[in-house]
Amino acid sequence: MKLTLKIWRQKNAADQGGFVTYVADHVSKDMSFLEMLDVLNDQLTEKGEDPVHFDHDCREGICGMCSLYINGKPHGPQQTTTCQLHMRSFSDGETITIEPWRAKAFPVVKDLVVNRSAFDRIIQAGGYVSVNTGGVPDANEIPISKTVADLAMDAAQCIGCGACVAACKNASAMLFTSAKVSQLALLPQGQVERKTRAEKMVAQMDAEGFGACTNTGACEAECPKGISITNIARMNREYFSAVVSSDNM
Amino acid sequence: MILDSKIPAGPLAEKWTKHKFSSKLVNPANKRKYDVIVVGTGLAGASAAASLAELGYNVKAFCFQDSPRRAHSIAAQGGINAAKNYQNDGDSIYRLFYDTIKGGDYRAREGNVYRLAEVSVKIIDQCVAQGVPFAREYGGLLANRSFGGAQVSRTFYARGQTGQQLLLGAYSALSRQVANGKVKLFPRTEMMDVVVIDGQAKGIVTRNLITGAIETHAAHAVLLCTGGYGNVFFLSTNAMGSNVTAAWRAHKRGAFFANPCFTQIHPTCIPVSGDHQSKLTLMSESLRNDGRVWVPATTEIAEKLRKGQIKANDIKEEDRDYFLERKYPSFGNLVPRDVASRNAKYVCDEGRGVNETGEAVFLDFRDAIKRDTRKIIEQKYGNLFDMYKQITGEDPYEMPMMIYPAVHYTMGGLWVDYNLMTTVPGLYALGEANFSEHGANRLGASALMQGLADGYFVIPYTVGDYLAQLAPTKVDENHPEFARAKEEVKQGIERLLKINGNKPVDYFHKRLGKIMWDKCGMARTEAGLKEAKADIQALKKEFWSNVKVLGTNEELNQTLEKANRVADFLELGELMVDDALNRNESCGGHFREEYQTPDGEALRDDENFAYVAAWKYLGEGKEEELVKEELVFENVKLTQRSYK
Amino acid sequence: MTWVTKTLNSTLGRKLIMALTGLFLILFLTGHVSGNLLLFKGDGGQAFNMYAKFMTTNPAVKLLSYLTYISVIGHIVYSIFLTQHNKSARPVSYSTSNGSSNSAWSSRNMGVLGTIILIFLVVHLQGFWAKMHWGEVPMVTYEGEEYKNLYLIVSEAFKQVWLVALYVVSMVFLGFHLSHGFASAFQTLGLNHKKYSPAIKVVGMIYCILVPALFASMPLYIHFTSY
Repeated sequence: MKLTLKIWRQKNAADQGGFVTYVADHVSKDMSFLEMLDVLNDQLTEKGEDPVHFDHDCREGICGMCSLYINGKPHGPQQTTTCQLHMRSFSDGETITIEPWRAKAFPVVKDLVVNRSAFDRIIQAGGYVSVNTGGVPDANEIPISKTVADLAMDAAQCIGCGACVAACKNASAMLFTSAKVSQLALLPQGQVERKTRAEKMVAQMDAEGFGACTNTGACEAECPKGISITNIARMNREYFSAVVSSDNM
Repeated sequence: MILDSKIPAGPLAEKWTKHKFSSKLVNPANKRKYDVIVVGTGLAGASAAASLAELGYNVKAFCFQDSPRRAHSIAAQGGINAAKNYQNDGDSIYRLFYDTIKGGDYRAREGNVYRLAEVSVKIIDQCVAQGVPFAREYGGLLANRSFGGAQVSRTFYARGQTGQQLLLGAYSALSRQVANGKVKLFPRTEMMDVVVIDGQAKGIVTRNLITGAIETHAAHAVLLCTGGYGNVFFLSTNAMGSNVTAAWRAHKRGAFFANPCFTQIHPTCIPVSGDHQSKLTLMSESLRNDGRVWVPATTEIAEKLRKGQIKANDIKEEDRDYFLERKYPSFGNLVPRDVASRNAKYVCDEGRGVNETGEAVFLDFRDAIKRDTRKIIEQKYGNLFDMYKQITGEDPYEMPMMIYPAVHYTMGGLWVDYNLMTTVPGLYALGEANFSEHGANRLGASALMQGLADGYFVIPYTVGDYLAQLAPTKVDENHPEFARAKEEVKQGIERLLKINGNKPVDYFHKRLGKIMWDKCGMARTEAGLKEAKADIQALKKEFWSNVKVLGTNEELNQTLEKANRVADFLELGELMVDDALNRNESCGGHFREEYQTPDGEALRDDENFAYVAAWKYLGEGKEEELVKEELVFENVKLTQRSYK
Repeated sequence: MTWVTKTLNSTLGRKLIMALTGLFLILFLTGHVSGNLLLFKGDGGQAFNMYAKFMTTNPAVKLLSYLTYISVIGHIVYSIFLTQHNKSARPVSYSTSNGSSNSAWSSRNMGVLGTIILIFLVVHLQGFWAKMHWGEVPMVTYEGEEYKNLYLIVSEAFKQVWLVALYVVSMVFLGFHLSHGFASAFQTLGLNHKKYSPAIKVVGMIYCILVPALFASMPLYIHFTSY
């Protein structure tokens, strides 16, 4: 296959940046999208041009490091991560536009690499159960209904890639935040800090400059792990009931 | 030099309890006066950093990824073992200990392995308390499954994403300490060197991957939790960024490297599809419970298949060779990982491989679907089948899957004593980065167990014992050793940037990988290993004269990062070959063709090789020195594995 | 900042206000459309005029009408806050965007739809509501009591084709606005459950078609029956 690639290049956070067009020859349909970029980068290196920088690590769809806004969609045309996207999803002669995630809270670092540490700070605000190592009850002491455990697992699957923010027209991080709030609100272990957690995580999410949710459902449609917006509804419930009943002023 | 493993004396079951009691303690008010550096934020690193911060130490945690949550522990699928015996099926701490020692082909320490089995039960409690959503039965209690051919069901799991859930649990504990101000986080920061002062580890040198700034960090103890080195093979199931650099630089500063040749090859990975391939994807070995492994009976049929003249389903039953079932009638397709992998290699070497590259065998679910219906198979393996289809574009419900072994885990690593301390006082290695616990072969679902055991339940005691012996005064970052180590790192980087050769870094990495895979992979011979050594030396020379690293240090420069890592892999590769040459026996993941039983099974030599091979770095271009730690078995009887 | 203002200034708090005011306006629309069905009675506007008087004089209705004004203003003001906030959350936009592949058009254009509805509202209020309250309206007497003849104003107004067209088109926009807004309000309030959400969606769909259709049918009916 022969493809035209329109790629966002930006030297660093301060640089203006712009699109540069490359031609990728001899692309095999069995390549993953990132392998296609690897080949392009080797060619650029041999020519003495700076290779295109992009985030990636596990390349099996679980670490959440890869990003890329491909042809107007986060992680490209399939509902998966970019590393699991294969070139058979494209056709010969196609032009592919590749952009970084765009959000105030995800500033561009270089080329297609963005800084997603805002997500870490949201988790630091309360995405945990405050138990120290040791001194915890036996694992089977509190039975948890299978349905609840499964629902918690559905939410816990989030890989923190940021596709939800990238897809949302408001750059909202509610799917991400709600997935963690939901997981811990569902489980008995999360009950003690339930109210404070919802309040603090929402406050941090706002402080990072993410947008508000307008329930378009784009996040759910693009989430590579299929995290449902029922979690957002649950977070809203958690938050509203927390603010009216908690002891936090 | 004699290596002291510091295994406490006394009965096996009492060693750890006694050792914890005899460890010195740091006064609670003094803990805040000690600084600890943790490099790597996978299961071992995140759990260690969180646990130490909870105790009151000041922790600095480093990772090269953009967030600690992305460490490659996240990719573990199957589960985590623990001797809970919730299933009432005969499990016990002793049985988990025994299975692990035996599975490791008797090349691990009894004391360490017993401790691992002992603390395994607490890991599950800890993770549940953190909110890890393990699979449950309808009654609300935890579910278990049998994994990797174990006789008992002791594996806890969270769908096919156990590693992810455990890591996110540890990450949440770590995040809590970041919020408390007890952990300072350094993402996108790579460790470049260890600073050793008067023989003790006192800090590290790092490179900020965004700005390129070379910085030093001082501490009373340094913990390396930096994972394995499977990427020396270029193609492996490791993440792209997984590397040996931290461990290797520590090795060059005096930490011995143990059993580097012990690598685990996983039999059920998706085969390589072409030269562009950047990594391999593993599929859970549970697939072998229902899938049948086969290749065509003759090379002629295989040839037609590779040329696309016939399809798998056209091949008649009598023309199929279910080679595992044929050779191992009692275990069949469920033989251990190393046996399954090696036999796949043999049939492909005979020319009976089934894909275009000739390096793949079939894993066929046709009979299972016929027997159990497609629906049942979908319930069991649906997500794996989808993943296979996503990557290969073929439907495994219609066509047999194609699989081939791939490098998956490295049992070798930095030598550590019972306290997880390397040969450099104050420098520790945890998780896959150390060599202990798994011997020559790791059992399924044991990697997660070890990482968390080390981080949550071992290191808090053993680091305390060491720190209690140090004065609670700040480590002086103005010591000239810091400046010297920093300067050396800068020079190393400048050296790479100056070469300005013709070939990209991956060109060298791929060639190194091919040498390692062909000659130091699933089956090794003396002649092959000697060739490999010469090849690697030549490649190393070429690398240092012809690699092309563009850009500068003072920016995000992924090529430079890679070049640094590959430079270390080249050196490690040679040591792996040395180690494989030295070990004139076959055991676990190390199979020397010269040493096999008449049936083609691994032939151990307990008389001469029941030791840990620890290697001491003697300087640039010098052969490393072998130091042996004899393994003492007081509780288990060494037997030969048989799966006939 | 007290906890109340803190909550109302959070993204979730603002959404809550949008949802609550939106739902109240949905209630209002329901009442409005039911009352206006009297236009179809064919009694020369008697029932309608009596209803209009009731609506402008009854104290309980007055209270409701103040709530409606507050809801309208709150809905508009908070939508401006939210839109500004959301725009600032993505200062650099994408060059290529394929929103239609993951979300409904109306859900992505609530602001545009809302603005069009607001313009319509100004025309609508000026034409009828303001006249009814402060304007010159001819009087009519039923059973000895005087009533403002709003019906006459309405039937005069809808003789103009352009106004009928404006109303009909605006109702289409209202329909789209409601097609997202109805279910969205419930989602924001956290009312998403696999048992009830499908029903909410169905009711929302029926509502967003039925109510605007009824509203649109009124000018059409009057326009075509007044000759």
